[in-house]
Amino acid sequence: MPRIKVKRTSTVTDMTAMCDVASLLLTFFILTATARQPEPLAVSTPSSTYEFKVPVENNAILTIGQGKVFFEVAGTKVRERTLELMGQQYKITFTPEEMKRFSGVSSFGVPIQSLKSLIAMNGADRMKPGVQTGIPADSLDNQLDSWVLNARKATKELNNQDMRISIKGDAKEEYPVVKKVIDVLQKQKVNKFLLVTNSEAKKKK
Amino acid sequence: MAELNTGGKKATPRVDMTPMVDLMFLLVTFFILTTVISTPQAMDITKPDKNEKLPENRLELKATKTMTVLLGKNNKIAWYMGEAGKSAPTIESFSDIEKTIDENRTKANNSGVAGEFTVLVKPTSGSTFQNFVDMMDELEIMKVNSRQIDDDNILDNEKAFMKERGIL
Repeated sequence: MPRIKVKRTSTVTDMTAMCDVASLLLTFFILTATARQPEPLAVSTPSSTYEFKVPVENNAILTIGQGKVFFEVAGTKVRERTLELMGQQYKITFTPEEMKRFSGVSSFGVPIQSLKSLIAMNGADRMKPGVQTGIPADSLDNQLDSWVLNARKATKELNNQDMRISIKGDAKEEYPVVKKVIDVLQKQKVNKFLLVTNSEAKKKK
Repeated sequence: MAELNTGGKKATPRVDMTPMVDLMFLLVTFFILTTVISTPQAMDITKPDKNEKLPENRLELKATKTMTVLLGKNNKIAWYMGEAGKSAPTIESFSDIEKTIDENRTKANNSGVAGEFTVLVKPTSGSTFQNFVDMMDELEIMKVNSRQIDDDNILDNEKAFMKERGIL
């Protein structure tokens, strides 16, 4: 009786196709990745079930944490124009070089008087604790009000759209600090804001 | 002439791709994990206009259909129905408020008084930003469409009650 021959298949598989797929994915992720911007004021936002995306353009983000307020406006052109308007208001002249550098700074929190030195710093120095003390927002010297107003003007001028204002508050922040900022905005008749939150799974009903 | 025998057939230029695939997937994983997948979410909030001279800024509320929610210290809530001072507020935690709102809404809707059930949220100086966002989120989940935020007019008797109970 002839023996049944068990056919042995080799375990070596051709990896070329797999390699192709992996490189394709890798290329895709490299190209779509946006580096996470380091923030000078780290806050952990509260979570909510709202599903409203924070607009990428025509938006200003006010970061509130540790009793301090930081400001950021979207778009490099808008940032430059905002700085120009701020310079006019506070009688400070910024060179084109400084404006260009400022347009690369995302969130910041210093009084306008020391903004020049902040612009001159490199990115790592700006992030050091104690360098940025927050934007003054009290009634004597309300620079936050001016920043928001000028950013709104700049956005309207350049994009012809109304600027939205997002408030990114730390979950542990006490409400009076948030109220102070909201009151500044309401003085400018801005009654609608976005509160930046983490998304949270919706409760099943 | 003697030929160099290399085994008779040409060696196929086959390279073992396994380590390369390993490396590729490692990098893919790294990039997946470091990419910011979603843009941050936001909550849309509208506050009442501060200009009290305009008559359209004054909204009349029905006492039987209005629930006032005071956000206090230590994640506590004090709530009451109707006018301030007429009924003693109840102190609750955030986990129970959902049920309470639901009960009050049913009661208000069955009362036969015209108008919509309104929740008036009053964040006091003792509350945190988290409390405020949680409360607004709760109202959104509960689909309470008529909700107002008032952080300016916290009445004296409300303050007194909250102080007495240690949540302000």
